[in-house]
Amino acid sequence: MTTAATSWIIFRRSMRYTLRKPAWVVFGLVQPMLYLALFGPLLNRISQAPGFDGGNTWRVFVPGLLVQQGLFSAVFVGFGILSEIRSGTLDRMRISAAGESGLMLGRMLRDAVVLTAQAVLLTLGALVAGLRAPVGGVLAAFALVTVVGLAVAGLAYGLALTVRHEEAYGQLVNALMLPAMLLSGVLLPLALAPHWLSLLAKANPVSHVVTAERALFAGEFGSSDTLVGVAVAAALAVVAVWFAARAIRRSS
Amino acid sequence: MISAQGLSHSYRTRFGVVEAVRGVDLEVAEGEMVGFLGPNGAGKTTTVRMLTTLLTPDGGTATVAGHDVVRERAAVRRAIGYVGQSSGGTEHLVSDELRTQARLQGMTAADAAARAAELTVRFELDAFAGRPLSRLSGGQRRRVDLALGLVHRPAVLFLDEPSSGLDPQSRANLWDHLRGLRAEHGTTVFLTTHYLEEADQLCDRIVVIDGGRVIASDTAEALKSRIGGDVVTLETDRISDAATVVARLVPGCDLDTTPAGVQFHVAHAQRLLPELLRALDLADVALESVSVKRPTLDDVFLRLTGRSLREEGRPAPAPAPAPAAETAEAAAETAAEAETATETPNTEVTT
Ligand SMILES: Nc1ncnc2c1ncn2[C@@H]1O[C@H](COP(=O)(O)OP(=O)(O)O)[C@@H](O)[C@H]1O
Ligand SMILES: [Mg+2]
Repeated sequence: MTTAATSWIIFRRSMRYTLRKPAWVVFGLVQPMLYLALFGPLLNRISQAPGFDGGNTWRVFVPGLLVQQGLFSAVFVGFGILSEIRSGTLDRMRISAAGESGLMLGRMLRDAVVLTAQAVLLTLGALVAGLRAPVGGVLAAFALVTVVGLAVAGLAYGLALTVRHEEAYGQLVNALMLPAMLLSGVLLPLALAPHWLSLLAKANPVSHVVTAERALFAGEFGSSDTLVGVAVAAALAVVAVWFAARAIRRSS
Repeated sequence: MISAQGLSHSYRTRFGVVEAVRGVDLEVAEGEMVGFLGPNGAGKTTTVRMLTTLLTPDGGTATVAGHDVVRERAAVRRAIGYVGQSSGGTEHLVSDELRTQARLQGMTAADAAARAAELTVRFELDAFAGRPLSRLSGGQRRRVDLALGLVHRPAVLFLDEPSSGLDPQSRANLWDHLRGLRAEHGTTVFLTTHYLEEADQLCDRIVVIDGGRVIASDTAEALKSRIGGDVVTLETDRISDAATVVARLVPGCDLDTTPAGVQFHVAHAQRLLPELLRALDLADVALESVSVKRPTLDDVFLRLTGRSLREEGRPAPAPAPAPAAETAEAAAETAAEAETATETPNTEVTT
């Protein structure tokens, strides 16, 4: 069976589950909605600060929030596969005509779709709060979120299949997530950062993705910020697919 | 169907290397139902995971359905069915999982739906086909697991502790399904178990594993006959006359006299009984009772290892190291159980 065929079967299986329990998707939005409602308004007063360029502060804040949501999805995604390992479901599926990479890729696609749906809902919420941004740019930003979703899910699956233990996985993700977030300027633009901090942030791939999301929300399709961020996200997604596929082949 | 030579695997843990399987040889013929019997930690799961390609052996080779488990992993995976050690079950629906598994076996959507429907009837899954696997009873879930392992009609089916944790009724139901499978499709079945009864009643042949090594492989009957046959006890007042008759009829049979009568070992005592009773009658020896005790597989295991297999229905010991006092208690319990187990007669004939 081809990887594409396996992925499609698994994608639909996972999607059926998600649609049967849409509450989980909404549940995952509670935290970012709180950020939107309780943190976002703080920024209105500092629209003259570096990085905001005197414009609509939501345009800077929301893209960061979408990437943060993507990072957080690693937790759900990883625990999901660990429970499928524990229940023997993954092994059962491996003993079949299906290719192992497809078993991962199908799940990653579902996760990317869920994240994109969450991004759409969050953005709608932000519109209510006061976001104003060009439609084309926002749609392109959603597409980039999909790529981020693929990348995060793949890395999460790879890690979870490697450590194979809920507790260890939880701690590892926590340890990786915090620096990945703080060094990417998701909450406040890195233009506010001192030189050393912005250097550190440049080494963090996530910061480039955040910058690209912001550029897209500003309608800059062809800017170097956008191109670099898209390239970084795509590269991360490719690495993630490879990592997840390798992890399931090696898992025992 | 299954052939393994010198299969071995060690786990590397923080606390050192665990030699889980140390050179296992196996031959299973087409259509055979083989029980892989051993206590917890003997290496059963590890062996099955190697045979099903889920674990790469450190040493040795194995072929399953004609394919090498390392070099032709994909071919083995297509040929076999695998039902793993029992687990919690997923949140996905039974009917959905059946269809998905069938699709993963390469069936078209229509074939998959038809096969799922067929299996739902066959394994009596109708009542809960719309429920998530995680909300089924142990017996129901096992039937679903079995159906999932059989969607593609595999020639070889591997089952890891299929009846572990099941109540006696569900276990009997599972056995019926396995017997039916073999009778109808000639499926080769390789199952691991630590239940003596399961190996004894269900399997054509038993491979006994302990400490990662195969220590015996034969039919249940042949294994038991290694004990030196059945134990026959005659209760009578005329002990010496009875002893004379027995000695004439079964020369060299380890005859013992007890205060209540005589006792001796003989293979296939059942076949000897009619003749023995006639001879005793002719010699005017009146009997109070006759009993024949078959040796159990536990006697066999005891003879082979000096230890008893744990008896039915006990939960597996916790993996965490238990405090010393508890361990001692558990050991005492096991010993007590072993005694009851060996003393329980399988067959008793009273005149
Ligand atoms: N993943 C693992 N890591 C370390 N040791 C293991 C692992 N799995 C099993 N073992 C050890 O290997 C031995 C054999 O285990 P297993 O094959 O599961 O036995 P069985 O299935 O007969 O109960 C045991 O001593 C067990 O503790
Ligand atoms: Mg086991």
